[in-house]
Amino acid sequence: MEQADSSLILYAVMFMSALGLVLAGALAIANRFLWVYEDPRIGEVEELLPATNCGACGTAGCHPFAEALIKGDVVPANCTVSSSEAREEIAGLLGVDAGDVEKVVARLACAGGNHVASNRSHYEGLDTCQAASIVAGGPKSCVWGCLGLADCEDVCDFDAITMDRNGLPVVSEDLCTACGDCVEVCPKNLFSLHPVSHKLWVACANLQNDELAESACEVACTACERCAVDSPDGLIKIENHLAVIDYSQNALASPVATERCPTGAIVWLDGKAGIRKGRESKRIIRKKSLPLS
Amino acid sequence: MGFLKPFLRASFRHGIHPDPHKGDTASRPIQRFPFPDRLVLHLDQNIGKPSLPIVKKGQEVVRGEPVAVADDFVSVPLHSPATGIVRGIELMPTARGPKTRAILIDVYHGSTQEVLYSVKRPLHILPRTDLLRAIQETGMVGLGGAAFPTHVKMTLPPGQEYEIHTLVVNGAECEPFLTTDHRVMLEQTEDLIRGVRYALEATEAKQAIIGIEDNKMDAVHAVAAAIEPDDPITVQAVPAKYPQGAEKMLIRSLLGLEVPPRALPASVGVVVSNVGTLAQLGYLLPRGEGLIERVITVTGAGIKRPGNYRVPIGTPIRFLLEEVGFEGEAAEIILGGPMMGMSASSLDTPVTKGMSGILVLNEKAIEQEAENIYPCIKCARCVQACPMYLNPSEMGQLAAKREYEQMESRFHLTDCFECGCCSYVCPSNIPLVQYFRIAKAMNREKAKA
Repeated sequence: MEQADSSLILYAVMFMSALGLVLAGALAIANRFLWVYEDPRIGEVEELLPATNCGACGTAGCHPFAEALIKGDVVPANCTVSSSEAREEIAGLLGVDAGDVEKVVARLACAGGNHVASNRSHYEGLDTCQAASIVAGGPKSCVWGCLGLADCEDVCDFDAITMDRNGLPVVSEDLCTACGDCVEVCPKNLFSLHPVSHKLWVACANLQNDELAESACEVACTACERCAVDSPDGLIKIENHLAVIDYSQNALASPVATERCPTGAIVWLDGKAGIRKGRESKRIIRKKSLPLS
Repeated sequence: MGFLKPFLRASFRHGIHPDPHKGDTASRPIQRFPFPDRLVLHLDQNIGKPSLPIVKKGQEVVRGEPVAVADDFVSVPLHSPATGIVRGIELMPTARGPKTRAILIDVYHGSTQEVLYSVKRPLHILPRTDLLRAIQETGMVGLGGAAFPTHVKMTLPPGQEYEIHTLVVNGAECEPFLTTDHRVMLEQTEDLIRGVRYALEATEAKQAIIGIEDNKMDAVHAVAAAIEPDDPITVQAVPAKYPQGAEKMLIRSLLGLEVPPRALPASVGVVVSNVGTLAQLGYLLPRGEGLIERVITVTGAGIKRPGNYRVPIGTPIRFLLEEVGFEGEAAEIILGGPMMGMSASSLDTPVTKGMSGILVLNEKAIEQEAENIYPCIKCARCVQACPMYLNPSEMGQLAAKREYEQMESRFHLTDCFECGCCSYVCPSNIPLVQYFRIAKAMNREKAKA
């Protein structure tokens, strides 16, 4: 009996070793004949990229972006997430110019926090904007406005969006990489991507005018047309009771447009200095949320 | 088991048995409702293209006069429910959420309930296409809730080889609280049978089966008594079970036929129509009038006079609740039934053609229910409840991770018709249907982009 057992083990070991050798040989041959050349620089460049696979550059992720860099289809500056040093390093490695692409950030077309925008009902249910918007458009009186349940904050991979105390998302221009996740997730489609040079901004999406807009939200665009009249011709148009800025004429934009806005719906975003409203816009001093109307 | 068949009433598998709550309103006859000061007629009350307004601000209209026409084949006209003056066409809140365009009509105080506008047709000699056009002219849509234009339903999809053999008339009314169809079957029996005859003619079906849940035997007897011997119409009681009134479930119960996923009932030769729709059709067609009012169940906590009311379309909910003596402050108001209805977020939302009920729930009851959500314990009760044989448990977990595409590719999300059985039975209180509605909305948006 013992004799038979030990030989069984011996056979098994021999068989498995032989099998292993044959398969290893097959792999070695396959490696030799099926080998594909990949530019070694792709790996090196990818090392220098932030590996977030955010898609802000327009490609599916960092590896395809590295491939596009080698081909020369894009410049290192197209990666909005990496630091300027990393871009320079990539440019040096590939012997190209790092390029100069203007920084793009996400912007919210709503300023209706809980202290200025009224709620028509109280929402109970799944704690996301998408869920709330399916229930009769959400609790806000303004059906176009921000619901403030922070889907954008949750989805942002770069912690660029934080909710302020009035339940309104605030985008950090430094941290935002313009990946577009917030644009996609917002059920009210309030986010859009804009170059930082677009300083004139309509922070409202309400399509009603006059008292109807203002009764729902104190900072709504009432379509009074003052901004359109004060600006150079064609820069601002009123479409569907909402001021719309034609950014192809962005060079003409100036804070003049905001000066006479009664609600402060049109603002001048002045980088570090923050949001500048017109002098005639009403002051919002309330800090608490509005009661249910 | 075959010998037991005569004793077992056929039904679909799975489903749930919620408390019916119908006692408050089922025995109350339908009452007429007064006119509000202002009617709000949304142009997009039907599925398909919104109606095209043909009135201007300041124009006077009489009760029953068309104020908007159908803009396409899948569209219906709108008629003024009262005599008054057009105040304008403005954005008004809807139950679905976004504000959409609506015709506002200020009602004259002297407006009578008499319909002052009609277009009579010699119905008995009309060919089928003209009959379908006449149905479209009435502005009829499915009154059960979907608001799908009736004439479109009765027309076969072009290029299809189906042959319609059966018209299924849906009198199940499986939603708790709602009793509109029940009352209509009892009070408008003649209209209903007449409507079924028109529908048989329009669909060219050979027979009609009226399916009624067995908790409404009085309606079964009343309808059966009104059928003439030479009518190819039968009445069949089906077990009371939710969602018996879903068209695929009712076809399974009455005919034993399975409608393939994502296909219309027409693919198995069936057209389903609601009793309320056909009763209204049977009333309107011979008179040549348009759909200007509908029967609505108004019930729930804090309502002094619950019941079934014949309400002019466009009546704001605020006015409706005042008239039935609603007392109480914060409350959840559901438009439709509690299982598939929508929460109203504004009292300015008007009654639409597809709204079958208004249900008020008091706030305490809601808060308790929405309180806590626990993790899925994989008990599979939702799997056993789902009438479409889906797996809500797995889908719910994917939804929590926002894996909406996988829900579709692996678990057939689109087959879900949001009946809510899964959420109803879930012991962990997981808002499964809510997840699925988000997922479906997101997938639809992605498909559009």
